[in-house]
Amino acid sequence: MKFGVVVFPGSNCDMDCYHVIDRVLGHPVEYIWHREQSLAGYDCVVLPGGFSYGDYLRTGAIARFAPLMEVVSTFAAGGGLVLGICNGFQILLEAGLLPGAMRRNDSLQFRCHDVYLRVENTNTPFTNRYRPGQVIRMPIAHGEGNYYADPETLAQLNREQRVIFRYCTAEGEIAPEANPNGSLENIAGICNREGNVLGLMPHPERCSEEILGYDDGKFLFLSVLHWWGLKREREVVARG
Amino acid sequence: MGSKPAWAEMGLTAEEYSRICDLLGREPNYLETGLFAVLWSEHCAYKNSKPVLRLFPTTGPRVIQGPGENAGIVDIGDGQAVVFKMESHNHPSAIEPYQGAATGVGGIVRDIFTMGARPIASLNSLRFGSLDNARVRYLCSGVVAGIAGYGNCIGIPTVGGEVFFHSSYTENPLVNAMCVGLVEHKDIKLGRAAGVGNLIMLVGARTGRDGIHGCTFASEELSVESEQRRPAVQVGDPFMEKLLIEACLEVIRGGYIVGIQDLGAAGLTSSSAEMAGRAGTGIELDVSLVPRREKGMTPYEVMLSESQERMLLVLEPDKEEPVRKIFEKWGLEAVVIGRVTGDGIYRVRDGETVVAEVPVKALTDGAPVYHRRGREPAYYREKKNHPVETVAVPEDLGQVLLQLLADPNIASKEWVYRQYDHMVMTNTVVRPGADAAVLRVKGTGKGIALTTDGNSRYCYLDPYQGGMAAVAEAARNLSCVGAEPIGLTDCLNFGNPEKPEIFWQFEEAVKGMSEACRALEIPVVSGNVSFYNETEGEAIYPTPVVGMVGLLQDITRRCTPDFKDPGDKILLLGGFSPELGASEYLALVHKIEAGRVPALDLDLEKRVQTCCRSLVWEGLIKSAHDCSEGGVAVALAECSINGNVGALVETEIKGRPDAFLFGEVHSCIVVTCAPRHLAQVEAVARERNVPYRLLGEVGGERLVIREPGGRVLIDQPVGEMRRLWQESIGNCF
Repeated sequence: MKFGVVVFPGSNCDMDCYHVIDRVLGHPVEYIWHREQSLAGYDCVVLPGGFSYGDYLRTGAIARFAPLMEVVSTFAAGGGLVLGICNGFQILLEAGLLPGAMRRNDSLQFRCHDVYLRVENTNTPFTNRYRPGQVIRMPIAHGEGNYYADPETLAQLNREQRVIFRYCTAEGEIAPEANPNGSLENIAGICNREGNVLGLMPHPERCSEEILGYDDGKFLFLSVLHWWGLKREREVVARG
Repeated sequence: MGSKPAWAEMGLTAEEYSRICDLLGREPNYLETGLFAVLWSEHCAYKNSKPVLRLFPTTGPRVIQGPGENAGIVDIGDGQAVVFKMESHNHPSAIEPYQGAATGVGGIVRDIFTMGARPIASLNSLRFGSLDNARVRYLCSGVVAGIAGYGNCIGIPTVGGEVFFHSSYTENPLVNAMCVGLVEHKDIKLGRAAGVGNLIMLVGARTGRDGIHGCTFASEELSVESEQRRPAVQVGDPFMEKLLIEACLEVIRGGYIVGIQDLGAAGLTSSSAEMAGRAGTGIELDVSLVPRREKGMTPYEVMLSESQERMLLVLEPDKEEPVRKIFEKWGLEAVVIGRVTGDGIYRVRDGETVVAEVPVKALTDGAPVYHRRGREPAYYREKKNHPVETVAVPEDLGQVLLQLLADPNIASKEWVYRQYDHMVMTNTVVRPGADAAVLRVKGTGKGIALTTDGNSRYCYLDPYQGGMAAVAEAARNLSCVGAEPIGLTDCLNFGNPEKPEIFWQFEEAVKGMSEACRALEIPVVSGNVSFYNETEGEAIYPTPVVGMVGLLQDITRRCTPDFKDPGDKILLLGGFSPELGASEYLALVHKIEAGRVPALDLDLEKRVQTCCRSLVWEGLIKSAHDCSEGGVAVALAECSINGNVGALVETEIKGRPDAFLFGEVHSCIVVTCAPRHLAQVEAVARERNVPYRLLGEVGGERLVIREPGGRVLIDQPVGEMRRLWQESIGNCF
């Protein structure tokens, strides 16, 4: 399975994502420059955190116009896995690959600390190595993670179990005091209808090694590998 | 304005102006006068501080580059080195806190990647007035937001620092930013314009009218007119900086360039003159080729602009195309604006017209050096001999502990550092809030520990002792996490050095720092002096700040301050003789800032630190935290709060209980160990000739301090202590 990590001007978690895939998972990975016109050969594309194009105007608002983003849309429509972390999530929203929008944190400040998340749906390519309802820890680092969607969209997301992570207390309670940014219904991560595009504000790549304190984030990447393995098996069986 | 001659407006003295005329054999024109004014400013020339700075030990077996370059370089083995420096951005931050602080970060980061290093961490040391004051809150939140806004965007973690509040900084806050980079020895680059005929290329942002005479502004006192200096404060563009980092590292690692230097204070003028000065060459620039942000700029404005995010490269002519291509890929402009010459002349053209022509050496080495004389200030003896022992012992010492924990100078700085991305790059193994931050060095088993320190109250009451203390405490912080100190950078923040009392503070502090550096064998490899931190004639407390780097050979052998497991034994390493004098307790509770600064025995300090490091390396201790502001009671409370577990401390108390609990002392570290390791820990301490005492045991949900079978001095729930400690600063806003 081959991963690609997109590099926009201003991306700054690209090297961190690359490190986890390459050094922690030991899987093939390459950087993909924002001007590239093809994703041929890639199975999973990561849009990393950072401040693409300085995030001037609005987070992700300029990055969505990068030549590569059109290719990413086609890639996603064809079933390719797309993982947007932090700024990557913001870009996916701006690009319309995921519904909703980000507002500034309700504190009006950047926030960098650990949060607890409840895994709401484990039946996705990105979360199948977690237990349903499992409470995990991940760091956040953002100034605009205050997720918003109109009531119909929100209802649809809930109905289709597309809210994948919610901010919660250490005990797993979805409470206002566990919400670091004012996000609607404590939403931390959502996926598209097909489940192959995930966006989340917390940083799994920052907690994938014991030396950094804990490795809850590694299971997100392991889920992708597991899902890929099962998919390959199915394909082999189908081909007989 | 207007009545004074141009040179005086630009900050030169009559003697300096006549010296320039002598050096040139004629009167300089307006632009030439401007070049001298900025390069001879205190900020660039260190004309008041040079003779004193020579006291610092600057060499050592690990030193690759000492002071004089953009940053210092220290070897960490395996062909790798750390590059680091600290710099002040005080005056701009006093006027425009967000941009002042932001561009402070930008400038110091450029100093690091200029050397070929990838910046891996930022730290900052901040001083403000009291948070009761609305303008101070504006300055504080603006500075923190500026550091966050810039640092977070460029993707360099802000992993540590310190914040201290005192009324002497009300109008003149201090913003000292430090950056640390990692470099392979083979990639190290210096700021030299070598090779006659080589090209001078300007890359990055366009040049505008911002920041003209910023460094001259930094070399005078603040006053009511300072507000008019707002245009002298630059505006930062962190996105541009991030692109510059990547593009510059790409051309450096590709071997395309001869020399590189950032455009900091005094912009194009100082960067080009310093590069030629170091290489012993001449330089010729054509200002008409400089890409500009606005129309109608004069050569003077172009040369003195402090527009941010610009770099100057020196390259061989056949490298122009490949270098331009790399910058193009990153969407950056790269324009050849001149060349290196062999005549030692600094020549500026505007198209065909020569607009300035002066010897490089006159600019870079011609500034006068002032050997100033210090005078002991009148307050010194009076404050020192103030009978602090006459203050009453408070009834409720538990309340005093709570009061200290809620004191912004002691309280958690989480409100500040949670606004900084301190984890990007995934190297932060020990996060902000510990004695020192620890970063892993990917691909090796090593770690780097970083800290900043400085106690300005000590320095005010006794600058010599205070200077020593800053170095000793920074080293102690590193030792607490298990790192060996390997190098030091500093930011020396003082008032107007033309006043003998201020100069005395400066000289004494540097002497004290130097002595501690020698005793602890830590070389000073870079630094910065910031004078004229005065408002309407009132100086700040003398504030030398130390930034220190330590090395962990094996990062798995590291330590943190938090208590770990119930039943663990608590020991105090070091000779415990706390002083009421100069303490935070005395200032906060009794409103007295006087008395003797705690004495520092450098010999003992060294033994205590070595002992602590060996205990960490041998895996014998589970936590280590040094005693500083607030004394042993606050140190114990912090260990409890961070570990979310109480402690029972039973120890004999001689003398005043408030002095015992809250008095300050050097060379003391609170450590814990598993009961089965106690005998070994004691044996190591005895072997190292380090006094120690057994304090008690970790456990429960309260911090209890009492005499054996006697009175209880402190009995506080950990939860309540944490709440006060954690929320105090945030509640001020």
